[in-house]
Amino acid sequence: MEKSITQKANYYRRKTTNVFMMSLTLLSALVAILPLLFIFYYTISKGISHLNIDFFIKMPTPVGETGGGMANAIIGTLILLGIGGGIGLPIGIMTGTYLSEFGNNKFGFMIRFLTDVLSGVPSIVVGVIAYTLVVIPMKHFSAFAGGVALAILMIPIITRTTEEMIKLVPHSYREAGLALGIPKWKISISIVIRSAWKGIATGILLGLARAAGETAPLLFTALGNRFWSIKIFQPIASLTVYIYEYATAPFTDWNEQAWTASLVLISLISIMSLLFRFITRSKYKNVN
Amino acid sequence: MNVVDKIKTVQEPARFFSEKDNIKILVKNLSAFFGKNKVLKNIYIDIPEKKVIAIIGPSGCGKSTFLRNLDRMHEVVGGTITGSITFDGEDIMQMDPVYVRRKIGMVFQKPNPFPTMSIFNNVVAGLKLNGFKNKKKLSEIVEKSLKQAALWDEVKDMLNESGGAISGGQQQRLCIARTLAVNPEVILMDEPASALDPISTAKIEELIFELKKNYTIVIVTHNMQQAARVSDYTAFFFMGELVEFSETNKMFTAPDKKQTEDYITGRFG
Repeated sequence: MEKSITQKANYYRRKTTNVFMMSLTLLSALVAILPLLFIFYYTISKGISHLNIDFFIKMPTPVGETGGGMANAIIGTLILLGIGGGIGLPIGIMTGTYLSEFGNNKFGFMIRFLTDVLSGVPSIVVGVIAYTLVVIPMKHFSAFAGGVALAILMIPIITRTTEEMIKLVPHSYREAGLALGIPKWKISISIVIRSAWKGIATGILLGLARAAGETAPLLFTALGNRFWSIKIFQPIASLTVYIYEYATAPFTDWNEQAWTASLVLISLISIMSLLFRFITRSKYKNVN
Repeated sequence: MNVVDKIKTVQEPARFFSEKDNIKILVKNLSAFFGKNKVLKNIYIDIPEKKVIAIIGPSGCGKSTFLRNLDRMHEVVGGTITGSITFDGEDIMQMDPVYVRRKIGMVFQKPNPFPTMSIFNNVVAGLKLNGFKNKKKLSEIVEKSLKQAALWDEVKDMLNESGGAISGGQQQRLCIARTLAVNPEVILMDEPASALDPISTAKIEELIFELKKNYTIVIVTHNMQQAARVSDYTAFFFMGELVEFSETNKMFTAPDKKQTEDYITGRFG
């Protein structure tokens, strides 16, 4: 045994195995990002042709008429995200904080379990629920109903990331705070959440990105709108619903515009992501 | 066996200090538990004002638990106690723990400044987060506390940088400054120099020497020389019991108990 470690043949065998396994992991990494590259390639190459200033500032044109844009859908998606985030972020962040700081009991366990179940509920089912809870009592489709559906989709993602990120904050910070005579709730807000803020922001972003890409729950909540509308209690257009309609329509011009809408949606999420990273970046260079 | 236990709890040992001495913290028949596990057994100890008390003993003897009892940090990790601890004649278990911890500050083994806060905000964290807002007063306190902690000259030009940006030894002095800023009367130190190099350790020890003019200090240490250097009184703990308490000089030259002598001379532990 001892001898074999020093033997040259063994050394080469280990070295070859190492190189082989390394290449295997590298290959897997490439395969994993391949779909993403395809998505970028197709949306850019097919969507770029209709991407111009008109797309952002003009309304959709009737079939047959070329040109036009999706100003209403872009603003609609932003409003829907705003409503969804407005409801989902506070609930998600506070639930996550509760779970990690005070949720070490049966009730916390139950909430955690239910949150996990909620994150597994198909988005179309969430749409039906929002339809039943909001659309039917209000008797019409609305941006608000769409926002509620998106909020329900965001909450479990934000809750669980918030909880995990807060759990990562070392216990010593809390003890340091307690030893200084700071009340526990203040430590949670000013020290713990602030230390975990970067991770929580990632969770928020994941939640928003998920919501921005949803189509199914919007079909019977926000419905869609051919016209300019920014009213919260009226049906509202959204990029995803437009993509769905335009991509399946039998008109080449619409199909192309669907690609452009996809490109805009992806860019929107990317810009949001960059913006978030910029806002939540660390004030101090030498600390992660 | 039960009878022996009973006798132990009933019998109060002779007090080391007389009534005339200024006693800051009085510990009577203190037992501490983690669940059913008794980690401190019927401790009687008086902590005199403006002195340094070192607590020595092998790992797991209950030193840290004892220290954490004095500012009610023991209950934070789910521990319970019996017996009484009085601070200036008041039972700390009857006091608001937040108030107790403002009066009895604590410095931990590992430096733990808040990395999301600047050095300035680290020092005044205890004040700011309790609603103290006067900016001029705050910067005065920062300067005073950092000077007391012998850190001012090293960080005065970088007060706006992160508390995590300085060296370990500086971080520990920052933590001491942070503790001083809330103006406590007692400072508990749980092996404050065990994670530091000899030079930083020397600085912390000098600091302790300075601080005892104004504060009562209880320090847990694994380092026998350190205990001998910085403390006025030393308590030797073993297996959750207080074996011996006396003047440091006496403890390290002529201890009463054989067990103490064995530990100090390195025959066990």
